[in-house]
Amino acid sequence: MHLEYTVIEGDFANAGSASSAVKKTLKQLNINPQIVKRVVVALYEAEVNAIAHAYGGKVLVDIDSMGIQMVVDDKGPGIPDIDLAMQEGYSTASAEVRAMGFGAGMGLPNIKKNVDHLNVTSKVGVGTRVEMSVSFT
Amino acid sequence: MNNNTQFYHALDVDPRRCIGCSHCLHTCPTEAIRIRNSRAIILENRCVDCGKCYSVCPTKAIYIKQDDFLNIRNYSHSVVLIPSIFLGQFPDDIRVSRIYAALHELGFHHVYEVDSATSLYTEAKRLYAENHPEKDIRPLISAFCPAIVRLIQVKYPSLVDNIIPIRGPLDLSAHYIRKVLTRQGVDPSEIGLFYVTPCAAKIAAIKNPEGETKSIIDGVLNMDSLFNRVFRLIKEQGRDYQYPPLKTQRLSSDAILSTLTNGERRLCSSWRSYAIDGIKNVQNFLDRLENGSVEGIDFLELRSCDQSCAGAILACDNRFLCGERMYARANKAIAREKEGNIAHDREMEQERDYILSIAETEPIQSRSMMILDPDITTALEKLERINMLSDKLPQVDCGLCGAPSCYAHASDVVCEGCQVSDCIFVQRYREERGEMTIQEGNQRLKEIWGDDRLGNL
Repeated sequence: MHLEYTVIEGDFANAGSASSAVKKTLKQLNINPQIVKRVVVALYEAEVNAIAHAYGGKVLVDIDSMGIQMVVDDKGPGIPDIDLAMQEGYSTASAEVRAMGFGAGMGLPNIKKNVDHLNVTSKVGVGTRVEMSVSFT
Repeated sequence: MNNNTQFYHALDVDPRRCIGCSHCLHTCPTEAIRIRNSRAIILENRCVDCGKCYSVCPTKAIYIKQDDFLNIRNYSHSVVLIPSIFLGQFPDDIRVSRIYAALHELGFHHVYEVDSATSLYTEAKRLYAENHPEKDIRPLISAFCPAIVRLIQVKYPSLVDNIIPIRGPLDLSAHYIRKVLTRQGVDPSEIGLFYVTPCAAKIAAIKNPEGETKSIIDGVLNMDSLFNRVFRLIKEQGRDYQYPPLKTQRLSSDAILSTLTNGERRLCSSWRSYAIDGIKNVQNFLDRLENGSVEGIDFLELRSCDQSCAGAILACDNRFLCGERMYARANKAIAREKEGNIAHDREMEQERDYILSIAETEPIQSRSMMILDPDITTALEKLERINMLSDKLPQVDCGLCGAPSCYAHASDVVCEGCQVSDCIFVQRYREERGEMTIQEGNQRLKEIWGDDRLGNL
């Protein structure tokens, strides 16, 4: 099953709409609630990243009986140093974004904690692609 | 993980009174209602007994099953267990002692206010929280409102472990009163405990308790019908009626306020917490909570009814008037407490160890209503078909197909064998293309709504 969602830059009010929809789908598929929780937390963080740091993007989700693959593809400034971005507490978020309660530097580390595989690729000035997968078994 | 046993529901539809009007269809927060053969039906696996359908039914076709009042005569010690909200139904000029007297005259041997157990209930919850400090079950969620417990079971299975499995004040009071009477030498089989319920969810929880096998309560009486009996008796006996002096319970202010919104939250001030009332508000919040986007909260007080139990579906008076009376009674209690007058509910604390020893239930199990099929490959196939069909439907959510939304209709087609052409838009479309006759389209409508909807038009 393939699902697609669009993420709009700066639209914090609707952050989580893709992860909510995916959550509903996984519940209908009888996926273990603890696994659903991990998927939803990871996807939510990735969504917020695309809203906060990039100029929006796309969420692409593929589900089969074995597991879920998620790709969050954004058009944005890109990440110059991915290893640094993976560190807890490191953030480049603007004061404005932080004032809204986002940008604590926990996004990518939190994603890593919750998924089975994480692959971040980025081109400065072009965008970032976050690929995540979680197995159902 | 999933418990597929049938669950008792206190709500039912009387097919003779139901006119198939669809008020309930559009109100149900869990989409548990369908219109079939011109009558509403309740889907048992989705219903959480919140009673929203009961409140909007214009013909009182949706009713709440209760036990026979005469059952109280089967016991030489029948106890009426009343929520403090029951007293809040009566106008100010009727004294609490007058209500107690009327209950005695109606045949009850003992009157007990269940909210007396508030302080021990609060303590049991606190002890549970201390013994279960794990971060992944925060926030802990109160099990006070049984409709909320059921809502989480069917719709938020990932949150069932957050529910505090502690018996509510009703059960704690029932255990207490049974113990006290037994100690006084009463034969346990002669004790009958009757709860006056403000809502359907409490009945369902008593007939089919979560986390235990059998309830300690022997019967349930609906608050509105008992109110009518008491009120009529008081009116009949008149203003000057002399009744024997009665000892009424002096509840603490905490106990009186406990069933109102914030009633639990205000007693755990050391916790970061929210109090949310109204089942739609609760659902919005739980959706966010499940996403992991709400952090740093220790405790949630969640109530299905607007204004909590003051707005209970079996309440007889306006929720705000009732709430105000509760506050007035609490203020009197506060004045007494300031003078050092100890509230009656402290009596139960003499049995503190016993009450705390029986307070915990088995963990609450999930029973998700959302699962399309236990087999994931089949579930995926069904879901693809539902999504594809749902995208083609008009998204008007008119309810004319007998389901509350286009998505629910798509789901009913795939999972329940309903016909796509139950949708009136699909009928018109097919009629225009010559794929269906007008008579066939009308036949579909008649099967859902009956064939006499227009009367003598």
